[in-house]
Amino acid sequence: MWRRLFFIALLGAAGTSQAEVGGDAENGQTLFRQCSGCHEVGQGARDRIGPHLNNIFDRPAGAADGYRYSAGLQRAADGGLVWNYDTLDDFIENPRRLVSNTRMSFHGFEAQQERDDLLAYLRQFSASPGNIPEAAPTAAAVDHAVAPEVLAIIGDPAYGEYLSGECTSCHQASGATDGIPSITNWPADDFVVVMHAYKEGVRAHPVMQMMAGRLSNEEIAALAAYFESIE
Amino acid sequence: MTFNRRIFLGSAAVTAGLLAAPMVRAQGKPRVVVVGGGAGGATAARYIAKDSQGAIDVTLVEPTRTYYTCFFSNLYLGGFRDMQSLGHSYGTLAAEYGINVVHDWAVGVDRDAKTVTLAGGSSLPYDRLILSPGIDFVDGAVEGWDLSSQNAMPHAYKGGSQTELLKAQIMAMPQGGTYAMVAPPNPYRCPPGPYERISMVAHTLKEVNPTAKILIADPKEKFSKQGLFEEGWNDHYAGMIERIGPDFGGADVVVDPAAMTLSIDGDVNNVDVCNVIPAMKAGRIAEIAGITEGNWAPVNAVDMSSKMDENIHVLGDAAAQGDMPKSGFSANSQAKVCANAVRGALTGSTVFPARFANTCWSLIDTEDGVKVGATYEATEEKIAKVDGFVSQTGESDELRAATYQESIGWYDGIVADMFG
Repeated sequence: MWRRLFFIALLGAAGTSQAEVGGDAENGQTLFRQCSGCHEVGQGARDRIGPHLNNIFDRPAGAADGYRYSAGLQRAADGGLVWNYDTLDDFIENPRRLVSNTRMSFHGFEAQQERDDLLAYLRQFSASPGNIPEAAPTAAAVDHAVAPEVLAIIGDPAYGEYLSGECTSCHQASGATDGIPSITNWPADDFVVVMHAYKEGVRAHPVMQMMAGRLSNEEIAALAAYFESIE
Repeated sequence: MTFNRRIFLGSAAVTAGLLAAPMVRAQGKPRVVVVGGGAGGATAARYIAKDSQGAIDVTLVEPTRTYYTCFFSNLYLGGFRDMQSLGHSYGTLAAEYGINVVHDWAVGVDRDAKTVTLAGGSSLPYDRLILSPGIDFVDGAVEGWDLSSQNAMPHAYKGGSQTELLKAQIMAMPQGGTYAMVAPPNPYRCPPGPYERISMVAHTLKEVNPTAKILIADPKEKFSKQGLFEEGWNDHYAGMIERIGPDFGGADVVVDPAAMTLSIDGDVNNVDVCNVIPAMKAGRIAEIAGITEGNWAPVNAVDMSSKMDENIHVLGDAAAQGDMPKSGFSANSQAKVCANAVRGALTGSTVFPARFANTCWSLIDTEDGVKVGATYEATEEKIAKVDGFVSQTGESDELRAATYQESIGWYDGIVADMFG
């Protein structure tokens, strides 16, 4: 805690360069690959499975325009949670300890140094709105190429709801996540891409490869439409 | 479309004047009675109520007020879960989904009148009856054992008090004593279950009674995830576990609950705990309804309807359906196919093609989880396997730990899917 206060004091007193927050932004960029399945940061970053992270420092929680937050995060936001070095550090150490019922399916970074590095990296995108580095946004959730005509299929949410019974034996519709990630309210495109990655064996998980393996393109689109829409 | 509590409460308010007379309120609505509130029955009741949004009157008959899942009960024996974490109430199904939850035993089915009789004396009319009664034991399956011996020699194969009894007996074993298991013949509930149990008992004994022995009499040549379990037993519990298969008389077993002996092929063993898991059959109400053939109730794969009566559906362990293992996951999967078909038949809603899946996780030791799973489809003849996988021997510690974490997530997922 004292260490944290010390950093904050430094931040306040001496500006925002990465050396002063004690992390290595370059390593943070590498670590961010664990986040970029869901989050974008950088110029033109958009909300994906998770909200974009530009200007995250000093932003009130739950404030990314247009992003549908989990009830848990909304509750924390209503309670006045503001993202700063301290709260972000707590959150990425163990997301669910700070915000119970967050849909963020991430085990957290245990090592203080890793958290420092990651936050040093993210800090670069928050220093001031005009100061976001001129780099392309980080790689989107797309870890696999899906043909445009497959992405363009409009899914039938009613069929998706029926098919979702195969998902909710494990994935909770409420978005709760404990050992099994949330798939609730994912953007349909991300859902489709991920399911095709499993179907084609690009993503390694035997249960998901098996479940996705027999879904047709239309069925994947139907599931994507349903999970995007549920309240 | 998801079930919206406000819509339900709203329609209830409209008929508020009739609330005192539930039979009148129910008139005109199709009625579904579900017997058994486990992975099959609770899921079916919840999905029919949720998806029909009040258009179908759903009654769930289940004797216990708190349902203790049989899945994960081995983790209680291993000290990884407490009993409370395995108990679930039906309150949400009643309050949020409008299901009429009746805590009673179903003791009779009149298939002509389409009514179910309860032990308490009342009678429930149905348009469709869903039986998901789980298992009962075959009389005389293990010589010397019957239900009156289940305190001396627990089966612990239905969740709850039997599981607690078995744990107490394990903890009370003398140092260097013997825990014996009489394993069941196929088919039975939860194929890896007895062997996960052996693993969990060994884990507990290694901590509190490291010189204790475990003896298994097994009528089966081979068993589910055998390579994985045997690798794990060798790695974690070397020298503790002895399994006697049918080649050496594992099928020729006599127990004496008074003397606490287990005889295998005529060899008498004095044992301190004797966990007898007899051969199984469909829960008794299936037999009473007259829809069984042999020990199980044959069903049509497409909608889980009984082959003997189109107005009765059978889910989970009690059903003879084909290739799916008898597991909570299977029952939950079958329930959703059945719910969709029943709703379609009663309200004209769209019936989508049947599809089934199963995955069974087992814990061998701390953070050492394994799994097996498959997908299935409905054919004319049966539920037929499409594709499957099983954990490999020699997997990394990280993968095994992740598999265990995943199993915890699955538990939370399936109970949310069952009980809301």
